[in-house]
Amino acid sequence: MKKIITLIKLILPFLAIVISVLVYYGVNDNGKQKKTEHPYYLYVLALIAILVLIEIVIGVFNRKVLNKIIYKAQFVTGVVVFLTVLNYLTTKTELLPTLYFPSLDRIFGLIVENRCFLLKNVIDSLLLLSEGFIWGALIGFLTGIALGFSKKVGYWLTPITKVIGPIPTTAWIPLALTVFPTTKGANVFLIAFAVWFPVTLMTSSGIQSVNNINFEVAKTLGASTFYQMLHVAIPAAMPSIFLGVFYGTVSSFATLMAVEMNGNSSGIGWYINWQKSVMMYDGVYAGLLIIAALCSLLLTVLFKLRDKVLVWQKGVIKW
Amino acid sequence: MVGEINIKHVSKTFKNVDPGQEDVVALNGFTLDIPSGSFVSLIGPSGCGKSTLLRIIGGLDTPSEGELFLDGKKITKAGSDRGFAFQGSNLFPWLTVEKNIAFGLKARHIYKAQKDDVADYIKLVGLEGFEKSYPHQLSGGMQQRASLARALVGHPSVLLLDEPLGALDAFTRMNIQDEILNIWKEHNMTMLMVTHDVDEAIYMSDKVVVMSARPSKVEEVIDIDLPRPRARSQDTFQKYRTKILDILNLGGKINDIEYYL
Repeated sequence: MKKIITLIKLILPFLAIVISVLVYYGVNDNGKQKKTEHPYYLYVLALIAILVLIEIVIGVFNRKVLNKIIYKAQFVTGVVVFLTVLNYLTTKTELLPTLYFPSLDRIFGLIVENRCFLLKNVIDSLLLLSEGFIWGALIGFLTGIALGFSKKVGYWLTPITKVIGPIPTTAWIPLALTVFPTTKGANVFLIAFAVWFPVTLMTSSGIQSVNNINFEVAKTLGASTFYQMLHVAIPAAMPSIFLGVFYGTVSSFATLMAVEMNGNSSGIGWYINWQKSVMMYDGVYAGLLIIAALCSLLLTVLFKLRDKVLVWQKGVIKW
Repeated sequence: MVGEINIKHVSKTFKNVDPGQEDVVALNGFTLDIPSGSFVSLIGPSGCGKSTLLRIIGGLDTPSEGELFLDGKKITKAGSDRGFAFQGSNLFPWLTVEKNIAFGLKARHIYKAQKDDVADYIKLVGLEGFEKSYPHQLSGGMQQRASLARALVGHPSVLLLDEPLGALDAFTRMNIQDEILNIWKEHNMTMLMVTHDVDEAIYMSDKVVVMSARPSKVEEVIDIDLPRPRARSQDTFQKYRTKILDILNLGGKINDIEYYL
């Protein structure tokens, strides 16, 4: 009985895909959507089918992979059903305005056909993001350590941090664009700023909340103050620092989009804005899809890195 | 021989920040000489300042008055000549057992020269095979052993023990007590231990210093004249126990004694 249910679960995604294909060819189009050269939507369905199939084949030899795909199968089915409904609504009915709801063929097709141009914009975005991120994280880390360690630095910097830090980065855009000689400089500054604040805050609070006993142990073992800072305070504060980096990353995405949509001429945020202004909503959706993929990829990398650096944390602190 | 400690008229007052509240006098003119190579226990009612005294010797607190000397040199701050085993193991959770034990050597930049000591001490406390484990993967007793190894690996002349075994179960406690005694004998070091446990004090020490309640001074120093290894069930052992308990109950001055029977 259990085996039959499992089997049904594994067949469901394929069943949904077959139904989707039948709808694609079997129901009359509303004729309003621009035709694409290829049935790109079907290519995406084929890709999903192949990926699921590969996992099942691996799963035959590897129990862990099998359990994973059995667990995921229903979700994949859900996604395909959603796509089917969406495709039906946009291409087969006239319920949704065609201008704002382009067909899936057009959205996927645009990504494929404009891949070089999109890739260039993605790279531009990534370069800008990483430059701003590195500066922000580095300076934030250093100010955080200074704030966490020195009462004197804290006296002068805490009020400034408290007043300037919470100002939303986007509010700085007009000023930054006039003060900085180049747009790029302003962009880097704005992204760095967005990362700087949470990293500073979480680094200093992380260091301040290190249990004093750790420093006492280090002292009795003959560690100098500098050694304690490097080898006790910073590692002990690492979980908190990572949290700051995580917040910083999220807010850097938001800032990246904001600056690219304001007076930039490249990048994925600019692309979306440009497509919108020329009423090409397939480009807007394509851009959103790419951003979603990009941001979740970056966060995944960050979390993997955390798991590696904070391996000692298992069972100590969770977030 | 090194590891002789002289405590001369040490007082410690903790200023009370709340207005109208009296300052707390933890120690008042405490004087004691600890001969090198001896095992001395400090026992006394809760809050009598025995941990404070240990922290002052360790250089983690400074005395308000008086002076302390280690081998004739005045103690002003913490140093690797005095190992400190804290209440609870307090291993650094982000370091493996091996790296925890090597911490002091690395901090003093003598790790390269004394690398082999780390492995020796891991072996000494019976943690072979757990070198790469993180503290949270170890039992309480193992953590305490690692912590001892960390305090000992730098060859301090004195080991200060602040109720190091308080959190452990009775069997682990007795095991580690014997291990500490073995280390003490082999390495010829001075050990000074704060404890609540009368039996532990008698079982391990050459001298038991019984302290009075706050502001504390030495009530009596009792030489434990028993051959080692000692048996807890001996008649003389019982006599020492009765004697110490009598002193602790002296004149009904103390209401909140805290010790294990």
